[in-house]
Amino acid sequence: MGMVTIRIDGKPIEVEEESYILQAAQTLAIDIPTLCWYRYINPYAACRLCMVEITDKRGRVRMVTSCNFPAEAGLGVRTHTPRVLATRRMNFEMLASRCAPAPVLVDLGKKLGIENPRWGWGEDTCILCGLCVRVCDEVVGAQAIGFAARGTSRTVTTPFEVDSEACILCGACAAVCPTGHIRMEECSGREIVHREITLGPNAAISVPFRQAVPNAPRIDPEYCVHFRTGGCKVCAQVCPMECIDHEDEERREEIEVGAVILATGFQDLDPTPLKQYGYGKLPNVITSMEFERMNSAAGSTDGKILMEGGQEPRSIAILHCIGSRDEKHHPYCSRVCCMYALKFAHLVKEKTTAEVYQLYIDLRSFGKGYEEFFQRILTEGVNLIRGKGAEVVPAPQSRRDEGPLLVRCEDTLAGRFREIPVDMVILCTALEAQQDAKETGRKFGVSVGADGWFIERHPKLGPVSTTTDGIFLAGACQGPKDIPDAVAQGGAAAAQAMSLMIRGEVEMDAACAVVDEALCSGCRLCNELCPYGAISFDIEKTLSLVNAALCKACGTCAAGCPSGAIKGLHFTDQQIYAEIEGILS
Amino acid sequence: MSFEPRLVGFLCNWCSYTGADLAGTARMKYPPNMRVIRVMCSGRVDPNFILEALAHGADGVLVLGCHPGDCHYAEGNYKCRKRLPITKRLVEGMGIEPQRVRLEWVSASEASRFSEVVTEFTEQIRVLGPLKLEDWTFDRAAADAQLEHN
Ligand SMILES: Cc1cc2nc3c(=O)[nH]c(=O)nc-3n(C[C@H](O)[C@H](O)[C@H](O)COP(=O)(O)OP(=O)(O)OC[C@H]3O[C@@H](n4cnc5c(N)ncnc54)[C@H](O)[C@@H]3O)c2cc1C
Ligand code: SF4
Ligand code: SF4
Ligand code: FES
Ligand code: FES
Repeated sequence: MGMVTIRIDGKPIEVEEESYILQAAQTLAIDIPTLCWYRYINPYAACRLCMVEITDKRGRVRMVTSCNFPAEAGLGVRTHTPRVLATRRMNFEMLASRCAPAPVLVDLGKKLGIENPRWGWGEDTCILCGLCVRVCDEVVGAQAIGFAARGTSRTVTTPFEVDSEACILCGACAAVCPTGHIRMEECSGREIVHREITLGPNAAISVPFRQAVPNAPRIDPEYCVHFRTGGCKVCAQVCPMECIDHEDEERREEIEVGAVILATGFQDLDPTPLKQYGYGKLPNVITSMEFERMNSAAGSTDGKILMEGGQEPRSIAILHCIGSRDEKHHPYCSRVCCMYALKFAHLVKEKTTAEVYQLYIDLRSFGKGYEEFFQRILTEGVNLIRGKGAEVVPAPQSRRDEGPLLVRCEDTLAGRFREIPVDMVILCTALEAQQDAKETGRKFGVSVGADGWFIERHPKLGPVSTTTDGIFLAGACQGPKDIPDAVAQGGAAAAQAMSLMIRGEVEMDAACAVVDEALCSGCRLCNELCPYGAISFDIEKTLSLVNAALCKACGTCAAGCPSGAIKGLHFTDQQIYAEIEGILS
Repeated sequence: MSFEPRLVGFLCNWCSYTGADLAGTARMKYPPNMRVIRVMCSGRVDPNFILEALAHGADGVLVLGCHPGDCHYAEGNYKCRKRLPITKRLVEGMGIEPQRVRLEWVSASEASRFSEVVTEFTEQIRVLGPLKLEDWTFDRAAADAQLEHN
């Protein structure tokens, strides 16, 4: 389609022929009121508020609705003549006489200079703009709602006014409805896809969180209208870079690599089973990770430290070692909690006026600069109590106004039992091995220890490598550690992997199985025994041969060969017999 | 003087040997009766090794491997698990108490389990007393009867 030039209020603009003049006016930032227009739906010209005056190429002057009037060469448009304004006012007052004073209408009236419409206000909250019907049909593609009846009894409804199966509960109609006439309600036990249309994290297309890598939005097919009805694709229409491809699919790729670094980290202990702390039952008992989220500027409270009701807490107890150093859960020390708990205290003091109580078994400020940080906290007026938090219970009526939660502990320095009423409790939960660590380890030939952390080759001499060549460990998957330690280990793992790759060749173990051709009877028993398929049968020679590159030297074949034809080099029968003789002599 | 059993242990390199190492670095106590022979995998333990050890005067033989599913070579320990009962039958046929041969799983992190297993096995052999091979002569008829019986 060709381009044509039209003039709006004297300003020339080049637009596509037959595109609507409302859009051209919007490009020129000329304000024309609309009620039934929506950018991604075909115009409908129901509200008649977008009236403009035109002069066509034959010189005729007419009043038209700009939202659906096509541009043609030489068209002249005037958007604010007294006649245009009078017509818009008239149309508005007629609409008002039927409709209730919804905020959009009241605001629009003010803009048009009408406070009290001459025929008064009506009662209907539906202005019959048809946006809902059209969005459902054209964008969503569900066609679940339509107009019924005509004239004054015209309404928007589902077919036969019963719960519609065609409705996918996407909420698009409610989102476009200018007056709030359409609301989403659960019915027939079906779940609403979008209670509110937002561009936040619960929209079908969103950036998962602010620091996501890659920092790009992704579509959640479970909530995307397109994947339910085949319609919508509004996102693809609005994306100026045309990046959205609804046909794109999840792919599984096989990548050949020379080394693997396992950095699968840790998971948080779920404190629900530790019933004495009331997590999940008492309000404002939260985990350290939940506190971190709240404290993040990108978090739910924009970084403010707030209680459930939205007020700032007056006092906070931070309970160390929840599930750590505890025979019933994890015997080990989670290593990072003491220091982050002190960090929490510092942040609370910085952001609020709350009293802070730290309940600890021992304070382990082990790292560079850590003890200094602890000393600084001491000057900030934090209450340090040596004694593990024993219990969190609702405060008795008499102490409720001091704080609704009562923390019980034994203050081992003061040598007495204490009860501290607070507004909020933070549980410093243990770092624990990922639930699937064992399974992950098995995939890579790395074993896990009793606590579930991956085992390094040697605690001092091989802290980054594993017993499987080319597999390295980094970070908290190997054991609880803080960021500096995790980063250091990551760097070391990367360096070791690089040195392996730069060499470009792999050194093989001298240990390997060999077949003594003179002894092999060709029974092929070993062929099946080898877990690596390293033994093949030479049909011409009628004997088995070991491929030294595939052999991992487990020795299973040597133990199984009935002819004693396979030698496991460095672990030969003779060597082992000699060992037996030696140790028993 | 009380009887001190002489024991031979075949330990796989990846789990049990590492577990034993850890028991050492962790300064755990266990009886010094067992001498260790390192093999790459419990699957390398040829039944002949066990017989050879008994023939050379061991009072008991302990084979330690990775837990099922954890073998560094995927399935070597399963092969060992199949071979060992046959070895025990063989040993029994020779008039030796089958309890003198034992297979256990010890992972690289189970230092305390390692020391427990060794302690317990040593005590068991101590109760059984020394292995007296000279008492045994091959009784053809009894062996055939045993074969029939099985
Ligand atoms: C509440 C709290 C506060 C803390 N505060 C501090 C602090 O102030 N300073 C500090 O130094 N340290 C702090 N730490 C410790 C810090 O979080 C850890 O040191 C750090 O996260 C360890 O990094 P990592 O990469 O090893 O593991 P993680 O951060 O756990 O990362 C592991 C990643 O691997 C992914 N993953 C897991 N399994 C797989 C798989 N099979 N395939 C692919 N990906 C997988 C996970 O999704 C995750 O993204 C804190 C810890 C907690 C719990
Ligand atoms: S088991 Fe021994 S004899 Fe049989 S094919 Fe293999 S090497 Fe040859
Ligand atoms: S030693 Fe193990 S890996 Fe090597 S050939 Fe024999 S069975 Fe296969
Ligand atoms: S916006 Fe043009 S008629 Fe409603
Ligand atoms: S490697 Fe330990 S049993 Fe196979």
